[in-house]
Amino acid sequence: MSGDLNINVHHLTRVEGHGNIVVNMRKGVLEKARLEIVEAPRYFEAMLKGRSFHEAAIITSRICGICSLGHQMTSFKATEQALGLEVSEQTLLLRKLLVHGATLQSNVLHALFLAAPDFLKVGSVFPLVASHPEVVKAALRMKRMANVMAEVLSGRAVHPISCVPGGFTALPTTAQLAELKRGLAEQMLPDLAFAAEVLQTLAGEIPDFSRPTEYISLRSDDDYALYDGDICSSDSGRVAVSEYRRMTNEFVVEHSSSKHCKANRDSYMVGALARWNNNHDRLCGEALEVAAKLGLEPGCANPYMNTIAQVVEAVHCAVDSIAILEELMRRGIKPEPPNQEPTRYGTGVGATEVPRGILYHEYTYDRQGRIVKANCIIPTGQNLGNIDNDMRKLVPEVVPTRSEKEIAHLLEMLVRAYDPCISCSVHMLDVEFIR
Amino acid sequence: MAAKPRVGIFDFTGCEGCELNHLNFEEQLLDILEHVDIVEWREAMDERADELDIAFVEGSLSTPDCITRINAIRRKSKILVAVGACAVQGGVNAMKNLQPIEAVREEVYGEDKYLFPTLPALPLSAVVKVDHEIRGCPMTQIEFLKVFTALVMGKRPVETDHAVCVECKLRENECVYDKGMVCLGPVTRGGCAAICPSFGQYCTGCRGLVSDANPAAMEQILVDHGLAAEEARKKLQLFNANQLEGTQS
Ligand code: SF4
Ligand code: SF4
Ligand code: SF4
Repeated sequence: MSGDLNINVHHLTRVEGHGNIVVNMRKGVLEKARLEIVEAPRYFEAMLKGRSFHEAAIITSRICGICSLGHQMTSFKATEQALGLEVSEQTLLLRKLLVHGATLQSNVLHALFLAAPDFLKVGSVFPLVASHPEVVKAALRMKRMANVMAEVLSGRAVHPISCVPGGFTALPTTAQLAELKRGLAEQMLPDLAFAAEVLQTLAGEIPDFSRPTEYISLRSDDDYALYDGDICSSDSGRVAVSEYRRMTNEFVVEHSSSKHCKANRDSYMVGALARWNNNHDRLCGEALEVAAKLGLEPGCANPYMNTIAQVVEAVHCAVDSIAILEELMRRGIKPEPPNQEPTRYGTGVGATEVPRGILYHEYTYDRQGRIVKANCIIPTGQNLGNIDNDMRKLVPEVVPTRSEKEIAHLLEMLVRAYDPCISCSVHMLDVEFIR
Repeated sequence: MAAKPRVGIFDFTGCEGCELNHLNFEEQLLDILEHVDIVEWREAMDERADELDIAFVEGSLSTPDCITRINAIRRKSKILVAVGACAVQGGVNAMKNLQPIEAVREEVYGEDKYLFPTLPALPLSAVVKVDHEIRGCPMTQIEFLKVFTALVMGKRPVETDHAVCVECKLRENECVYDKGMVCLGPVTRGGCAAICPSFGQYCTGCRGLVSDANPAAMEQILVDHGLAAEEARKKLQLFNANQLEGTQS
């Protein structure tokens, strides 16, 4: 190799949203290795201004189809805090169930439809329909089951309908809950076990790369934090969600229409691997068994293992969903209208672990219940700096032994491992900007 | 069409929820794949195609690059279908068109606003010829299957042009106005089986206006139910900012 390298992967495939990978090396010196975000900005914070609290989640849901439930949950929590709206235990249980369903949906979709083709060395899931029909069918069954959870509990999977600030406008019947439990136990769990077996046979295809970084996720004393918790950094420990600006420090970089973030180091990672590293002690036994089988260890510094962490989490979500469903059936579903009588008007912050990492919304309301200020920080934006740093370490390591094409592929796989949702990451806000 | 139609799926500015809904046809997906060849779909596959029988396009157009790309897609496609509120009407993205563009960019990027070019959010039909529309935010799956089946069989899909209220009454839902809420069902195009009122929510107007809608009368109904005039207008603009442009004060 001459020591010159030029890689330009234009409009990266099998990720959500539009991004380019650009790498160049001259005479053995790395000049550039970065993920350029070219998605058109969408200006959601500006759209939220002047909107009533009933509309906030309807609008922010449209930031991202696949994380639409997560945006709604985060939006409700911010609104409920700002307006002093309490929600019932039943609402909390139903919301946790919905978050589990959305995590299952997204993790299965990513691991089996978007990442698995890399391990099987094909360009998409479609060739697998012929070569690995049982894998594709199991994946579709799991997706269907996760979608049924969303449909029964909230009306639909993309932009849920019946969850609103303060509660729900429609509730499932006990018979529907029993049906969900049966589907999870009899179909989802065996299918997940099968998916784990398939991935075990492909474990050798996961690139061997390691770069320790700061891992940030929510953390809770009661459960594996997805719906709620404190912010937890692997470097500096726990702080309240209200401190989120100190843990994100957004700044503008010229190669990305999405802002970058940093906390204790110059970049950090969020998402399934960060959650695993920070919260593996809160996972159920079944999920830990799968982790052991797939070689996922605490303190894992290989970003390519994010896909494996997603599968481990999916097992936890299925097992915990069954427990929540049993609890709901034991209590019986009580008819209750959403609590939408504000007791105050102020500022509230919500944080949720959506599949790709922590999502933050902050709203300030005026006395008419209208938004005067909004800020949303999306997981992919938080990961962008870390992806660039991984590339800068990876490229010089592989240049001596790999062809340009292989390097480009490794980089694409790296970006895909983060499961980036570029369309979400391109949002907009009014944070002070730090250079 | 004799051979299997070659299909491409494309996305512009949107949330990719419509695209995701293609994958949410879990049961039908394998059947769909028997009737068409998906030859280009950036979100799911690496390959690119030169010629297409049908292009399904999601998202609104909001940068100079979008305009170049949609023209290229139009050139290589026999049939172009706009999928979802963003592609058909501009969707929620069009709300930004109601504010001066400079102010919007300033709000988000501060003094760095000139780094990222942006245009008003446009529906596909503002730039290229659109042959068929599948409405909804997200696109309504039953409508997609109808249009898809018609096109694969070489027929012309039938468009829905009656109000959501019609479908809502058929499902014998309790009208949300009777529960003290307001609803855009009277002016919004059906085809979704009134899914929102069926789940106790109001219709937000995602499928766009019926062709003979009277938005001014709708606004008055909202005001009569206690909304301030500005609030009423904003509610109507949520998914229809581009369509209502002419009616603004
Ligand atoms: S129409 Fe709605 S679901 Fe479809 S891309 Fe636009 S915002 Fe997303
Ligand atoms: S709930 Fe909405 S769609 Fe249904 S009848 Fe009433 S106004 Fe019409
Ligand atoms: S009821 Fe209204 S908001 Fe809901 S899907 Fe139908 S048109 Fe869209």
